[in-house]
Amino acid sequence: MTDAPLLDVENLWVRFRTRSGVFDAVRGISFTLGKERLGIVGESGSGKSMTGRAVLRLIRPPGMIEADRLDMHGEDILTAPEKRMRKLRGGRVSMIMQDPKFSLNPVMTVGQQMVEALRAHERVSRSEARARALAMLDEVAIRDPERVFTLYPHEVSGGMGQRIMIAMMLLPNPEILIADEPTSALDVSVQLQVLDIIDKLVRDRGMGLMFISHDLNLVAKFCDRIVIMYAGRIVETCKADELRNAQHPYTLGLLNSVPDLEHPREKLEVLKRDPAWREAPSVSARQ
Amino acid sequence: MNAIEIHDLNVWFGSGPDRANAVRDVSFDVADGESFGLVGESGSGKSTILRTIAGLVPTWSGQMTVAGEQLGRRRSKAFYSKVQMVFQDPYASLHPRQTVDRVLSEAMHLHNVPDIDTRIVSLLDDVGLGSGFRFRYPHQLSGGQRQRVAIARALACDPSILLLDEPTSALDVSVQAEILNLLVDLRREHKLTYIMVSHDLGVVGHLCERIGVMKDGRFVEVLAVEEMRRLEAKSPYTRHLLESSINSIH
Repeated sequence: MTDAPLLDVENLWVRFRTRSGVFDAVRGISFTLGKERLGIVGESGSGKSMTGRAVLRLIRPPGMIEADRLDMHGEDILTAPEKRMRKLRGGRVSMIMQDPKFSLNPVMTVGQQMVEALRAHERVSRSEARARALAMLDEVAIRDPERVFTLYPHEVSGGMGQRIMIAMMLLPNPEILIADEPTSALDVSVQLQVLDIIDKLVRDRGMGLMFISHDLNLVAKFCDRIVIMYAGRIVETCKADELRNAQHPYTLGLLNSVPDLEHPREKLEVLKRDPAWREAPSVSARQ
Repeated sequence: MNAIEIHDLNVWFGSGPDRANAVRDVSFDVADGESFGLVGESGSGKSTILRTIAGLVPTWSGQMTVAGEQLGRRRSKAFYSKVQMVFQDPYASLHPRQTVDRVLSEAMHLHNVPDIDTRIVSLLDDVGLGSGFRFRYPHQLSGGQRQRVAIARALACDPSILLLDEPTSALDVSVQAEILNLLVDLRREHKLTYIMVSHDLGVVGHLCERIGVMKDGRFVEVLAVEEMRRLEAKSPYTRHLLESSINSIH
């Protein structure tokens, strides 16, 4: 990497105060994100989504974010004022959530919310915003953008909703895209299509992608570099094409627990969790 | 003998111009002890077939014979103790203010199962939870543990047929493996017949011997799991499904 990474995170902690003491959701992880596709994998509760949200400072009290360094393109965002964060969120970093049913506004048409999203970040006229929104819908392979523009979210299918979501998030030309399980609410046949669209857009625009998922095989196919999280720490990190040489028993367990159509097994492998995994120090994923 | 025989099943919702035909002219048989899978995209009618068999959808026509009983508008009490269903989302299918003990004992009271107390302990053992979980509330359990309780509830009245509606799609891959192993073991121990709905061909291929592929409420084709593994699908739609799932998993 020649210039500063898009994201530079060192010793990030996310803590929640609960009645039974402080709970650490993310426990001191370090990673960088360049113009690449970085996959973050783990089970529910491993802290992967919290990591994605912490980068946008989207954790509200009683949650707390602590880090030695949390830089976005050289700019410190740990101490940036809330007003500046609002400019960054959606402007330079966008996030695609899991289920379009819950993340699109149900009482606005697709077009209205796309235009609103763009005009929140750029000073453009309504007609220009409309033209760019239509062009973007076309880019995410929506066949009849003019018609979809006037529909309400309940009138579109899940796959189309997710493509609308992607179009809306990419409209202000962000540098970083955080995708938190973007395809788990979709059918297999649509999943691939949505992934292809994300892949193409990220490549064409030279963006950095943080892809959060529990499906290691999917991530391995789709990303350049993989970070595997367990209990709030990074247990292993590797290049996607070197995943076959992974060492950590947790990574191997995740790989072997997926039923495989072509290689049937009598019994699926089940993870045997070793308490030592929790205590092992976090691996750095900085480059 | 066949545990389930379905002939020319049609299911619809609404009436007049709003009528939507969810299932059209579907026929299939499931032998005793067999495990049959239904796959297809959302909206293809696969869950509707399960719900109709279970008696949750009143608007249907055709012939259904399940566990030796010809089904009509009303089902006998014996039917409900022979056929049970496990739902997709364990977070939504358990009563949030009832303990595991109460969920299980209510199911058994309804079917006059004797000796409930010892049976709860053995049920929890069967699904790999142990009696320590007996007096917990659903919010004190993880997703995988909840799905185990939902399976225990379905097994409470000793059914011969289980209808599984995407039983693992709300779970992590690592937990999914545990639940799939459990379902395989339970089927062998209790000699159960399964019909399982899923959109994940890997999951269906692991658990089922024959698979019905659905599109727009109709059967596109029925094929054995070996044929599917050798990618010998006849219809282009099945081939498309197979390709997308193999590409996304590898």
